[in-house]
Amino acid sequence: MPPNEIWITIDGQALKVPPGITILEAARLAGVEIPTLCYHPSLTANAVCRLCVVEWRGSRTLVAACAGTVRPNAVILTNSRRVRTARRTILEMLAASVDLSDAPDLQALLAEYGGDPNRFGEDAARRTFDGVKADNPFYVRDYDKCVLCWRCVQVCADDVQHTYALGFNGRGFHTEIATFFDAPMPDTTCVFCGNCVGVCPTGALKGKREYLWGG
Amino acid sequence: MSYQPVLTARVGVVDPASLKDYEAHGGFRALRHAIAIGPDAVIDLVTQAHVLGRGGAAFPAGIKWKAVNEEHGPKFVVANADESEPGTFKDRVIMEGDPFSLVEGVIIASYAALAEKAYIYIRGEYPQAIACVQQAIAACYAAGYLGENILGAGFNLQVEIRKGAGAYICGEETALFESIEGKRGFPRLKPPFPTQSGLFGRPTLINNVETLINALPLVLYGPDWYRQFGPSDSPGPKLYCLSGRVRHPGLVEAPMGTPLSELIYEYGGGVTGSGELGGVLLGGAAGAFISPEMIDVFMDFATLREIDAALGSGVVMVFDTSADIKGVLKRIAHFFAHESCGKCFPCQLGTQRQVEIIDRLAADRLRPGDLALLREVGQTMTDASICGLGQTAAGAIRTALDRFGYEASTGEFYTFQR
Repeated sequence: MPPNEIWITIDGQALKVPPGITILEAARLAGVEIPTLCYHPSLTANAVCRLCVVEWRGSRTLVAACAGTVRPNAVILTNSRRVRTARRTILEMLAASVDLSDAPDLQALLAEYGGDPNRFGEDAARRTFDGVKADNPFYVRDYDKCVLCWRCVQVCADDVQHTYALGFNGRGFHTEIATFFDAPMPDTTCVFCGNCVGVCPTGALKGKREYLWGG
Repeated sequence: MSYQPVLTARVGVVDPASLKDYEAHGGFRALRHAIAIGPDAVIDLVTQAHVLGRGGAAFPAGIKWKAVNEEHGPKFVVANADESEPGTFKDRVIMEGDPFSLVEGVIIASYAALAEKAYIYIRGEYPQAIACVQQAIAACYAAGYLGENILGAGFNLQVEIRKGAGAYICGEETALFESIEGKRGFPRLKPPFPTQSGLFGRPTLINNVETLINALPLVLYGPDWYRQFGPSDSPGPKLYCLSGRVRHPGLVEAPMGTPLSELIYEYGGGVTGSGELGGVLLGGAAGAFISPEMIDVFMDFATLREIDAALGSGVVMVFDTSADIKGVLKRIAHFFAHESCGKCFPCQLGTQRQVEIIDRLAADRLRPGDLALLREVGQTMTDASICGLGQTAAGAIRTALDRFGYEASTGEFYTFQR
């Protein structure tokens, strides 16, 4: 075997892959689809949504496929009962907390995994905010729809724009994407490049035109 | 109980503000010996003694020390003194009663790892410990134990204190690095591990306070002495934080692998309250409950892992049969929801859902399906969270439901019938 390829097994299928690629990339080589949410091919993989978790034989916990890299003789299961339970539960908890009406991909995934967000009851806490933030001429921020995938923070920071206008407020369930001291966007370092709007997967960030007139 | 304390031998004996007193009680003998034998020999001792990390994760210290020693360029040593696990107070006793021992442990670790800069990250709620350690560091600089060319051995070390600001997550090693770097305390993905890329992206040796002070007697007396205490796969002296309904709560130093019953009934003087043991929380909020029939278990990392419990940071919190166990579970659930950093979905969402269900359990308003739901939320947090906080956020609740005979039809815990 040439030293620049390693053997791994994905869902029972043995294959040779280049060392150092991610589990997600290896799975694609094997023709196996792994669902993702926070992952974006142009951005740092922060592995925060954990929807892409897989079972790696010998590992105590599940491993995020977007950030975990393959090692020789790795035996990986991408669709085991344990994996599906984790994905379904994450999707259910998310749908019970956040407005996913502008995220058809996530709704489809929830249905595919047989998820039922109503299991948590109608009184389960939701992340809701005081309306839409429209503090600038270019885009609006509708944080009822924000899943905290970090993409906007990443493009605003080291991954693209190096502007650092976006960060976090709060903690745990009450975490929010926010500007420093919640300042209105024109008072921040934001240069209105629009990259954050471009990468938002759930319609929480929208151009004003799209928000007002739907596209 | 014939054991003679080693780690805490000086606590309550020496003047914690006096370097002279520390030296008169054997202080800095270990450092001198370490410098005489050299960094590689020190690492060999730590490896042969099989010192396991005392912060809770039980990672072999020798592997970390060697890994950082072998890296090139600037590197760091960090003492994790954030001690935020509920029920843990061992590092505080050391820092307030024998602060020089921590500083000496940091110097030895830095010498072995070839690091010239060290940080001691102390929980912000410990003003007395911070003052004691700060004073000890200043005295060490003045006496030539810190700074340039320490003890004429051609080795330099700067040590600084950093204070936590109250977040439990900042005791997680990578979140702690973020905090020292001035960022929000989010845990990082691992790998890369701290020994490769830690503080400021440099190789970093991070150990708990207790782990670091284990190096002092070990360097002086050797691995054979060290390994006479406790089982071979989990050896050494151990600090146990005994609290709750026992006659004599407090810090107990005993060999690793001491039976829990001995800690409770001999060191602790027995159960108070109703006088009858209801259960014990081992390892703190991130640990596990065990039931009265399990109390002959040996208190070491390996044995407790086998019975689905955890030694963690050495917490032994005792509850008598009259304890409000539902109230306790409610506190634990709210603790994790409050302390979740919000980075990964399973923990950020799961700790909230867990609180909602446990609040219903505590109010005797469980709905059909709630217990199954709680289990799935717990399993998802344990399996899919990024760091130890989420991975352990369901453990205490799960083990309480399993081991205290929770009867959903009556809403009562069999073990805690008041």
